[in-house]
Amino acid sequence: MDLGTFSPVLLIASLMVAATPILLASIGELVAERAGVLNLGVEGMMITGAVCGFILAVEIGNPWVGFLGAALGGALLSLLFALLTQILLSNQVATGLALTLFGLGLSALLGQGYIGVRAPSLPRVDLGPLSDLPYVGRIVFGQDLMVYISLALVAAVWAVLKYTRAGLILRAVGENHAAAHALGYNVVAVRTAAIAFGGACAGLGGGYLSLVRVPQWTEGMTAGAGWIALAIVVFASWRPWRLLLGAYLFGGITGLQLNIQAGGLSLLNILPAILISVGIVTLLVQLFRHLRGGPVARRTMITGQLLVAAGIVLAGLNRLFPDMRIDQAFWLSASPYLVTILVLVVMSAGRAPGSLGKTFHAST
Amino acid sequence: MLKLEKRQRPSEVWSYATPVIAVLLTMVFGGLLFMALGKDPFVAIRTIFWDPLFSEFAFFYRPQLLVKGAPLVLIAIGLSYGFRAGIWNIGAEGQYIVGAIFAAAAGLALYPMEARWLIFPLMVLAGAFGGFLWAMIPGILKVRFGTNEILVSLMLVYVAEQLLASMALGALKNPEGFGFPGSRNLAQWSSSQNLEIVAGSGMHWGVVVAFLAVIGTYVTMSRHVLGFQIRLTGQSPRAAAFSGVNPARLVLVSLGVSGALAGLAGMFEVTGPAGQISIDFNAGYGFTAIIVAFLGRLHPIGIMLAGGLMALTYIGGEIAQSQLQMPAAAIQLFQGMLLFFLLAVDVVTHYRVRWRRPASARVAAE
Amino acid sequence: MRDVLLALEGLTKAYPGVVANEDVSFTIGRGEIHALLGENGAGKSTLVKTIYGLVKPDRGRMVLNGARFEPAEPRAARTSGVAMVFQHFSLFDALNVAENIALGMENPPSQRDLAARIEEVSETYGLPLDPFRVVGDLSAGERQRVEIIRCLLQDPKLLIMDEPTSVLTPQEVTILFETLRKLSAEGTAILYISHKLEEIRALCETATILRLGRNVGTCDPRETSARQMAEMMVGGTLHVPEREAAAPGEVALRLESLSAPSPRAFGTSLKEIRLDVRRGEVLGIGGVAGNGQDELLDALSGELRVAPGMIFFEGRDVGAEGPDLRRALGLLAAPEERNGHAAAPEMSLTENAILTGRVREGLSRRGFLNWGRAKTFAERVIERFDVRTPGADNTAMSLSGGNLQKFVIGREILQRPEVLIVNQPTWGVDASAAAAIRQALLDLASNGAAVIVISQDLDELMEISDRFAALNEGRLSEPRPAPGLTVDEIGLMLGGAHDMEVAHVAE
Repeated sequence: MDLGTFSPVLLIASLMVAATPILLASIGELVAERAGVLNLGVEGMMITGAVCGFILAVEIGNPWVGFLGAALGGALLSLLFALLTQILLSNQVATGLALTLFGLGLSALLGQGYIGVRAPSLPRVDLGPLSDLPYVGRIVFGQDLMVYISLALVAAVWAVLKYTRAGLILRAVGENHAAAHALGYNVVAVRTAAIAFGGACAGLGGGYLSLVRVPQWTEGMTAGAGWIALAIVVFASWRPWRLLLGAYLFGGITGLQLNIQAGGLSLLNILPAILISVGIVTLLVQLFRHLRGGPVARRTMITGQLLVAAGIVLAGLNRLFPDMRIDQAFWLSASPYLVTILVLVVMSAGRAPGSLGKTFHAST
Repeated sequence: MLKLEKRQRPSEVWSYATPVIAVLLTMVFGGLLFMALGKDPFVAIRTIFWDPLFSEFAFFYRPQLLVKGAPLVLIAIGLSYGFRAGIWNIGAEGQYIVGAIFAAAAGLALYPMEARWLIFPLMVLAGAFGGFLWAMIPGILKVRFGTNEILVSLMLVYVAEQLLASMALGALKNPEGFGFPGSRNLAQWSSSQNLEIVAGSGMHWGVVVAFLAVIGTYVTMSRHVLGFQIRLTGQSPRAAAFSGVNPARLVLVSLGVSGALAGLAGMFEVTGPAGQISIDFNAGYGFTAIIVAFLGRLHPIGIMLAGGLMALTYIGGEIAQSQLQMPAAAIQLFQGMLLFFLLAVDVVTHYRVRWRRPASARVAAE
Repeated sequence: MRDVLLALEGLTKAYPGVVANEDVSFTIGRGEIHALLGENGAGKSTLVKTIYGLVKPDRGRMVLNGARFEPAEPRAARTSGVAMVFQHFSLFDALNVAENIALGMENPPSQRDLAARIEEVSETYGLPLDPFRVVGDLSAGERQRVEIIRCLLQDPKLLIMDEPTSVLTPQEVTILFETLRKLSAEGTAILYISHKLEEIRALCETATILRLGRNVGTCDPRETSARQMAEMMVGGTLHVPEREAAAPGEVALRLESLSAPSPRAFGTSLKEIRLDVRRGEVLGIGGVAGNGQDELLDALSGELRVAPGMIFFEGRDVGAEGPDLRRALGLLAAPEERNGHAAAPEMSLTENAILTGRVREGLSRRGFLNWGRAKTFAERVIERFDVRTPGADNTAMSLSGGNLQKFVIGREILQRPEVLIVNQPTWGVDASAAAAIRQALLDLASNGAAVIVISQDLDELMEISDRFAALNEGRLSEPRPAPGLTVDEIGLMLGGAHDMEVAHVAE
C-alpha cells in the first residue's frame, strides 16, 4: 500500500480542523434541542454566519471581528426562527426548512462581491516548545484558537447542563414544557435564549468554514454541513461528549477523503481501513456504555462487527483483484453523506427530550 | 398585551386569506429589498409578476409558466401526501435527479432504436421507479430502524448530486460529445423527446401528468380511505393507530408517492426542457416545491395555484436578471421570504389574536 | 373558629363562552383542612390556579395573612407560602427525584444537601423516596410523594391538593390522610379538592361547594350527609343505574398469559394476564393509574400487536390482527384519552365516526368513503347519546369533555359490539352524563355482550361490575365476584400500600 504523502499526524490535525465547523454548529443545536426546540435551519444559520463573518473579517481586516460577526449573524437569523415558532407558534419543521432556504438566498446575495477574495488568516497558537513535541505537539498544541474554543464550548455546555440551575431549568423546559410552565418557568424565554445560542454557534461554525477551513467565500459552501450537524446531535443522544466523538469521526472521514483526493490514493486501499475503524469505534462506544452500566444495543454491536468483517474481506479482495474499478470521485465525494446515513442507522438514538419539536402555547 | 387563543377549529376564511396576505407582504418586503439593491421596487415587482403574463413579449414567456410550473406542481403534490401525515420528505430534489438518471439510462440503453411507443413509456416508468427507489431508502430505514427521514432524505440529495456528476462525466456521457460532459440530447431523439402537445403552449406531457396528479390527489384526499388516514395521522398519530392505520405502511406509501412523482418530474424535464443529463441539470425544483406545497396549504388545487405563482417568480426573476441586472440570489431570497411570511401569518388561522391589557394596568384602573 | 389565613372575596374569572368562577368568596383558617367540592367543570381548577398565580382573576381579590395577595406567577405564590400538588403531576420523567424537587424550589441547596433534606422530610411524614431515582420509573403513588415533598420543603402555610387520592390505593389514602392531619396539627392549612364525599367527610373540617362556578354553600362535612352534599353539588337528585340480572353466557374473550412490552418510554409492560370474559357480564378492572391500563386497552383494541396464542375472540386467535379485523369480528374498544386517542380533536364528528365505525358500519366501499352514511351514523350517535352539539360537522374539540365522552362511548355501543373494552369511561364527566354512560354499558351487557370496564374509580366499578379484578404493575389479579368485596380486600388486590407500611412501622 503506497501511502505517499499520507501522514497520520497531519491527518489528525486536519481532522480537527475539518470537524470544528460541525462541532460548533451541533453543540448549539444540542442546547436548542435540550430546550425542546428542533431547529432544522442550522444549514441556513451556518451559511449566514459564514458570509457575515467573511465580509466583516475582510472589511475590518481582523478574523476575530469576523467570528463575532458570524455569531451575531447566526443569532439574528435564529431569532427570526424564535419569533415564528415561539411567538407566532408556527410548525418547527417547516420553519426550520424556511430558515435554511432563506439563509441560502440571503448569504448568496450578501456574498456577491466577495467571491474569490481572501480572508485575513487566523494564526495558529504557538506554544513554543510544546508545539514542537513530536506527533502530539502538532495535534494538541498546534491548532488555531477556534479549535480550542470549540472544545471549551463542549465542556462548558456539558458542565452547565449537568451542574447548574440554569441547565436544570433548560432541561426541564425541554422535557415537559407544560410542567415547567405550571411551576412558573418562562418557557418561551428559555427557548428563545437556547435558540439564539444555537444560532450563534451555528454562525461561528459557518465563520470557521469561510475564514479558516476553506478559507474563501463561495455560494452554498456549507454543502450540507448544517444537516450533518443535526444528524450528529441525534447520534450523540443529546450528550455533549458523544457529540465531540461524533463530530471528530465525521471530521476524520472528510479529512481522509480530501487527503485521498489530494494524495492520489486509491479508495479501495483506504476503504477497508475506514470500515474497520468505524466498526471499532462503534464497538468502543458500546463498550464504554456497558462499563457505565448502561444497556448494550445488540443491533449496534452486530453492525460494528459486520463493519470490521466487511473491512477485512474487502482488504482481502483488494489483494486478490487489484484491478477492481470503482468510480472513485463519486464514492469519495458522497462519503460524508453516506456515512451520516450509515451512522444514523447504526446508532440507536437515546431518548429525545420529551417536548422536542412540540409547539408550546400556554392556554391560561 | 396580545394574547393568542386557540380556535375550536381552524378558521376557513383565514386559511384562504393567509397565502394571499403572505404574497402581498413578500411583495412589500421584497420591494424594500430591491430598493436596497438600488432598483426601483415598483419596476422590479412589475417585472416579476406582471411582465411574464401581460407585457409585449408575454407570448414568449407564457408557455414557460407551464414548463416551470409542471415539475413544481408534480413534486409538491407528492410532498403533500407526506407533509399532511407528518412525514417529512425534504429530499425531493434527489428523487427528481435520480428519476431523470433512471429515465435517461433506460432510454439511452436502447439508443438509437426508433420505437417511441416502447421507449417513451419505458422511460416514464423508469423515471417514476428511480424516484420511488430513492425515496424508499429513507422510507425503509425509517420503518426498519426508526431513522429520521428528514436527515436521510436530505443527505441523499447530496449523494444524488454526486451521482449526477458521475453519470454526466462517466457512464451516461455522450460518446460523440467531443469530450464535453453531459449525455446525448434526449429532446432531439424522436423516441425519447417530451414534445409540446400544442405547439407554442408549453403544454408537454409533464403538464398533463401534473394535472392528472392534482385531480387524482384531490379525489384521494377527499374521498378515499388513504386520504382520510393520511389526514388522521397528521393530526393525531395515536388516534390513527387506534383507528387501524398502519404507520409503517403509511410512511412507505407517502414517501413512495412523492418519490415517484418527483422522479416523473425529473423524467419529463430531462427529455424536454433540459434535454440531457448534465452536471447542472437540477435547478432546485425539489426545494422550491416545499414552498409550493406549503403555500398551497397542502391542498391539490392550492398547490396548482401556488405552483403557477412560483413558476411566475422564476420566469419574472430571469427577466429581472437580464433587464434590471437583479442578482439571482435576490430572487432566491424572495422565494424564501414567501415561505417565512406564510408561516408567520398562519398563526391567525389556528389562533384568535386578542388584545388584553396587562395585569398591572388593570389594577391601576380599578 | 381559627384565625383566617386566606380570604377570597368575589373572585370572578370568565373565558370565552364560559364563566369559570363567579363571585366566589370564602375563607380558609390557619391549619384548617378545607374541602373544595364540586363536579367536573364546576370551576375548582380555575379557582386553585388563581390562588397559585397561574390564572389572573377578572374581578375580586384575595387576602393572605391580612395582606393583599396578587401572585403574578406561581413563583410569587410559593414565596408567600402557597404550595400546590397537581392532579396531573407537573413532573419531569427524565429527571431524578432531587432535580424535580429542586425545580419547584426558589433557592434550592446543593444536590447533596437537598438529597439529605428529602430523606429527612420523607422520614418525618412517612413518605419513603429515593432522591436519585428517575421519576419516569416511579409508580403513581410515589410520583405524588415527590410532589408532596417538593411542597413540604418550602414550609408552606397553605397546601393545595388537587384530587390527590385518584391515584392511590385505599391503604395509601389512609397514610396520606395521616400525613395531612399531622401537617394540619403543625399549623399548615390544606385546601383539599375532591368530588369523593366519603373522603371529605373523613378528613375535612369545612367544605365549600362550587356549582357552575358559584359558591353554593359551606358546610361542616362531618355533620352533613354525603347525600346532602351530593345534591348541593349536582343541584338535583341523582339517578342510580339499574340493571336486570342475566345469567352469564359462554366465554367471548379469553386471554392466555398475555404478555407484551409497553410501546412507550416509562410505560408498564403487561405480564402473564389470564382472563375469561363471558357474554352478559360486566368485568371491572381496577388499579392505580399507570399499572398497565393503557397497555391492556391497546393490546385488546389491536393498536398493540401481541404474539400468537394470547388473545382469543370466540376461540379465534386475534393477537396478531390489527384493529380493523378485530372490529369486523365485534371486538371494540374505547381508550381513556378522548383527545388525540379515541378521537381526533381537529376533525369533525362525522370524520370521528369513520375513525372506528368504517368497517362495521360499512362507511366505505372499495376504499372510497361514503360521507353520507358516515354523517348519518354520526348523527345517530349524537341523537341516541344526547351529545350536545350543533351538528355532526363540528369538530371533536368543540365539545365539552363529557359530551365527547358520550360520543366516543356511543360510537362503539351503536356498532353492536360482541365484546367492548372501555378505559375510564366516566373520567372528567359530570354526574348525569356519567350515570347515562354507566347505564348504557349495563344495557349492553344485558343484551348479551361482554363488557370490560377499566377504571380508577372504585365506586363506579363496585356499582356496575359483576366481577372485579385489579391491575398491579402489569399483572392482573384473579377476578372475584364484585358484590360483597370489602374495601380492605380491594386494597390488597390493588397492590396494598406498596412500600409505605414498612416506613410507617419504622416511624
